[in-house]
Amino acid sequence: MMSEMIRDDGRKFNELRPIKIEAGVLERADGSAYLEVGGNKILVAVYGPRESYIRRLLEPNTGVIRCRYNMAPFSVDDRKRPGPDRRSSEISKITADALRPALMLENYPRSMIDIYIEVIEAEGGTRCAGITAASVALVDAGIPMKDIVVGCAAGKVNDEIVLDLSEKEDKEGQADVPIAIMPRTGEITLLQSDGNLTEEEFAKAIDLAMEGCLEVSKLQKEALMKKYSIE
Amino acid sequence: MIYVENKDLVIPGQVLADDEYYSGRGTFKENGKVCSSLLGRVSLRNKKIRVIPLKSKYVPKKGDVVIGKINDVRFSMWDVDINSPYSGILPAFEVFGREKKELNKVYDVGDVLFLRVVDVDEIKKAKLGLKGRGMGKFKGGIIVDIAPTKVPRLIGKKGSMINMIKDKTNCKIVVGQNGLVWVKGDEDMEQLTKSVIHLIEAEAHTSGLTNKIKNKLYLAIDGEIPPEEVPEEEEEFVLEKPKLQNFKEELEQEEREAEENKKEKEEKPNIAEVIEEFKRKNKKDNTLSYGDNSNNSFILNNK
Amino acid sequence: MDIVPEITRQSITNLVMNDKREDGRELNEYRDISIETNVISKAEGSARVKIGGTQVIVGIKPQLGSPFPDTPELGVLMTNCEMLPMADPNFEPGPPSDDSIELARVVDRGIRESELVELDKLCVEEGKHVWMLFIDLHIIDNCGNLFDACELAVMAALKSTKLPVATIVDDEVVLSEDETFDLPINNELALCTFVKIGDKMVLDPTLDEERVASARLNVGVTKDGRICSMQKGGSQPLNKEELLSAVNVAVSKTKELIEHL
Repeated sequence: MMSEMIRDDGRKFNELRPIKIEAGVLERADGSAYLEVGGNKILVAVYGPRESYIRRLLEPNTGVIRCRYNMAPFSVDDRKRPGPDRRSSEISKITADALRPALMLENYPRSMIDIYIEVIEAEGGTRCAGITAASVALVDAGIPMKDIVVGCAAGKVNDEIVLDLSEKEDKEGQADVPIAIMPRTGEITLLQSDGNLTEEEFAKAIDLAMEGCLEVSKLQKEALMKKYSIE
Repeated sequence: MIYVENKDLVIPGQVLADDEYYSGRGTFKENGKVCSSLLGRVSLRNKKIRVIPLKSKYVPKKGDVVIGKINDVRFSMWDVDINSPYSGILPAFEVFGREKKELNKVYDVGDVLFLRVVDVDEIKKAKLGLKGRGMGKFKGGIIVDIAPTKVPRLIGKKGSMINMIKDKTNCKIVVGQNGLVWVKGDEDMEQLTKSVIHLIEAEAHTSGLTNKIKNKLYLAIDGEIPPEEVPEEEEEFVLEKPKLQNFKEELEQEEREAEENKKEKEEKPNIAEVIEEFKRKNKKDNTLSYGDNSNNSFILNNK
Repeated sequence: MDIVPEITRQSITNLVMNDKREDGRELNEYRDISIETNVISKAEGSARVKIGGTQVIVGIKPQLGSPFPDTPELGVLMTNCEMLPMADPNFEPGPPSDDSIELARVVDRGIRESELVELDKLCVEEGKHVWMLFIDLHIIDNCGNLFDACELAVMAALKSTKLPVATIVDDEVVLSEDETFDLPINNELALCTFVKIGDKMVLDPTLDEERVASARLNVGVTKDGRICSMQKGGSQPLNKEELLSAVNVAVSKTKELIEHL
């Protein structure tokens, strides 16, 4: 019955918005990536591993990452004041937490990796898009990793569990469950849930979001292969 | 069971082979599978799989030769930027023993030096020294910055690439293992050399590169492409260790020489000679192969 | 802090003294320039500009607000610039640096003093409601000469800006859902930036050229050849001849730049 449902933008319940990923788009950064999904435009730059003057953040046995998620003032309908706010600080933190399990930084003790996520345009699901793009930028920077973390959300709209909520669905919907996984093992590195779900609905949402992640994961890999394979 | 071929492009997390294969550098083992941890190319030798990264930051290693920039002059040492997450220090006694001199009269902020990593401490700070031929401050020339992992390709098998460039452009070239390259020659040749070095960096993984670069240089300098092709050794080069020198042996020899030449210490040898010296040694010692885990690799040895 | 290697300083200076540059350009030559407009659908005006490897994005968002008391019938322009830490390893996160504020103000000055935006047409109700245009510059890749890239981006974005038609109904502002009007622009402007290396003035500096330069000069010129903004930067002085020759180059180069718009 669910597969019959057509969403506001014409998508099926398990259909992602159109996605485009490109690796290595900036000159100065050590690694970078650009991602479009639906109306989202996300740019990520990675610097490092590099020396940091903030000694207290460094660790003796491993490298550390620092993440900054930032929305451009013109990325949303009503201009956003530049600079961090509580929402962006939280997303910065959970993004770093989502990426960290995949990193293998033992060979870079006392070093710092900076990940800068810039939301150029926002249309729902920027945190997952940011994580997906950040992973590609980390690979592009040559950072050793166990896997390429990928993010995708599922949610509840009109009493149905659907994949990859648009901005409109997110606003009007009943729940949003963004997750990030390490696709090879299926381990979950980010989970938030916002709204009301039954136990069954939650289980369904997780399954759907994981399927979505695996789809997006293929596109991450294609983007990297396209950038670096022999012409 | 193996899922990839030699030289395949792979990405982090990609499963490369089953349990019967050995996990080398750039890979890890998990649940009986060998997986890549890097964006790079597969190097398969016998049953050992490695992944050679396309990009990677330089981590200092004892015995390496590097190009560094003086960032600060302190009471008894210089702080040196070695294009790495880890900075280097050049202690004053490495330069003039127990003699007292004003450090900034010798090397000042912004000076670029050819140095050797004498030691790396537990926090990876590199202690640098100048023992070795041609070590010291560069005068003139330009600095070209490439990914440290592309250094072996720039040098080429038995120095084939770098020697070809040097011969054709008449430039002196010194390659630091930290990805910095010093080039000195005619002004236009320096710029031409810089552009071909960047081309090599960008196309390090492509086949027929030595000929491509050679043709480009001949076209730029003579206006025509040379008739004969150099035999291309593209099969090995990406994975090849650079045949620069045996550092240990060289270090010992240089220490002996340094003892003998103590009185002539002020006289600085020509950097070009160092390269010649390297070349000469390379001819003697070119049997190292990629799978060899001895101490003179640029990028593979992680000890 | 990023120290320029002494030999880089020498080699760039030597090249410039022989009228040459590291990338093979003439001293008065720009790198490749590309401009795209309407790159952000949520912004009423937007553009992305590349000059060589330098890349900036600008978005323009309008808001209704109160006019300044001394200009009750004029709309308001506000230019802000974020030198994002993504653009350069030496840019720090945090509030705009002095460099970033200077950049925004120099870019703003050209637009403002040339009076190319007809601010009187941004008045909805005199003394009460005017359009305020927020011009937000996002620096995403710094390979030198942010000034000219930013000015071109702002110019291109202004030209692409569409505002909703606003009317006053019962003392309240009503915005039309579908009717828009083009931001009224009556001129075009470009900024030409020079740096002094040795005793020469070099147009469109690369990052390394900026780092070894002793002084900087920005010259803003309109399509019809009016010089409407200038700024001298850097730690060393310039002499009159250098200024005049740079202005002369800027006036002729502006035409070339404006063709990209």
